[in-house]
Amino acid sequence: MKAGSRWRSAVCGTEVVVVKAPAGDVSLECGGHPMVPIDDDPPAGLVIDAGFAGGTPIGKRYTDEDSGLEVLASKGGDGTLAVNGTALPMKGAKPLPSSD
Amino acid sequence: MSIAMLLEMAADGFGDRTAVGALTYTELLEAAQKRAADIAADGNRPLVVLDVNSPEIPIGLFAAALAGVPFVPLNYRLTPADIDARRAVLGAADIADDAAVLLFTSGTTGDPKAAVLRHDHLTAYVLNTVEFMGAGEAEAALVSVPPYHVAGLSAVLTNVFAGRRIVYLPQFDPHAWVDTASNEAVTHAMVVPTMLGRILDVLDGDRRDILSLRHLSYGGGRMPVTVIERAMARLPAVDFVNAYGLTETSSTIAVLTPEDHRDPRRLGSVGKPLPSVEVEVRDGEIWVRGEQISGEYLGRAGALADDGWFPTNDAGRLDDDGYLYVEGRLDDVIVRGGENLSPGEIEDCLLLNDDVIDAAVVGVPDEEWGETVAAAIVLRPGALLTANDVQSWVRERLRSARTPTIVDFRDELPYNETGKLLRRVIKAELTAPPPTP
Repeated sequence: MKAGSRWRSAVCGTEVVVVKAPAGDVSLECGGHPMVPIDDDPPAGLVIDAGFAGGTPIGKRYTDEDSGLEVLASKGGDGTLAVNGTALPMKGAKPLPSSD
Repeated sequence: MSIAMLLEMAADGFGDRTAVGALTYTELLEAAQKRAADIAADGNRPLVVLDVNSPEIPIGLFAAALAGVPFVPLNYRLTPADIDARRAVLGAADIADDAAVLLFTSGTTGDPKAAVLRHDHLTAYVLNTVEFMGAGEAEAALVSVPPYHVAGLSAVLTNVFAGRRIVYLPQFDPHAWVDTASNEAVTHAMVVPTMLGRILDVLDGDRRDILSLRHLSYGGGRMPVTVIERAMARLPAVDFVNAYGLTETSSTIAVLTPEDHRDPRRLGSVGKPLPSVEVEVRDGEIWVRGEQISGEYLGRAGALADDGWFPTNDAGRLDDDGYLYVEGRLDDVIVRGGENLSPGEIEDCLLLNDDVIDAAVVGVPDEEWGETVAAAIVLRPGALLTANDVQSWVRERLRSARTPTIVDFRDELPYNETGKLLRRVIKAELTAPPPTP
């Protein structure tokens, strides 16, 4: 999973871009199912897992502390982002006063 | 991650909002895609732009990113020979595939030098400092710094990601700035220090106000404390932000917040480093490290150390509370008898005198001290201050080593078109020729 690579949810509209690559292999999931490369068709017939249906808003960043993975939601959707079955926390960003 | 994605997200998240001029974010993206196709049809060469501010700048910036070529804004005041010299630099170097912007620095000596800002530097800056769609629908940012200045480009990226409408001034003029800010209901703006003084003159002279303005950031040079104090008194409803950064750092690396401005002790500071940037002062020089720091030049050795630290060539210090003070370019520090003197401190002292409207302090060679302090001063019309008066003024307020030995009165000081004081010019003029044998 390379920095800059883009992934889409198999079960909702969520898309992410990898801002920081993980150290080692991780399973990046959304709505309870592995995300797929942006240009791939997701497997048919999957539905959102009720345990991962909290939604992902566009523009937010999520990090996995263990692997160092950081992703940016480039499109929002109904599924929750997770790595290896654990929901990812939203990166707390304190917006700075506009400087340009 | 490409900077183009910042616009794609904006078009996706709030495509109907106005982005710039009459274009919505959706329309801006479409215009950039169309232009990117033109760039591809033309052989995918770097997009060199010689133009004043207009919606063409964001269209070109994002189009270049979509086409995978760098955006290269040049100063439209350059002579044909200067433009050729820059084209030669572009032609001779291998340009990295992930170079988003090549920005020729404003260095006044030597061969032209282009900083390489990669997509990852610029997107790191935006993601680490701006909340997506963080701007309210009514917010509008007035951009009057030229497109070949890093602040002109970072303004495009941060305002697009925040969803804040961009209003352009083709070129800075203080009357046009005030008119445009009023007519376009501008809420946010960024200016360089010389612009702010001239804007205040217009507001005072014409007895005007800009009712919509809420947020004014400044940077790109040292802001005299007297000017920012005047601005705060004249515009009490406005939040002020001091932003410190360099071309090579993808714009801002430290900010003095509006709250900080309310503490008079902090006004001479550039504030605290961004949470995503580390700052250290080593032997008086400011060093920085972070994802947004490039420190890379086209076709030349980079300035970035192996561990990612970049020497800014700015002299400075950090106080106990972590506030950064910038004392000017390292080369401009005056070394008198082994003691380092900051030109800015002496200039601030001079500007406290109501008869002094502008001042520049430089070091000139001196047989006894190595270097000594020389001041070029612009007096208020009608003022009768003498060189002696100036020296007494400084001596009473600072230590005597900081008292100018040479005091030179002038009608104006030399600035470049982005408001940088041309100290080298003053220094050369005030350096006495060696005595003829």
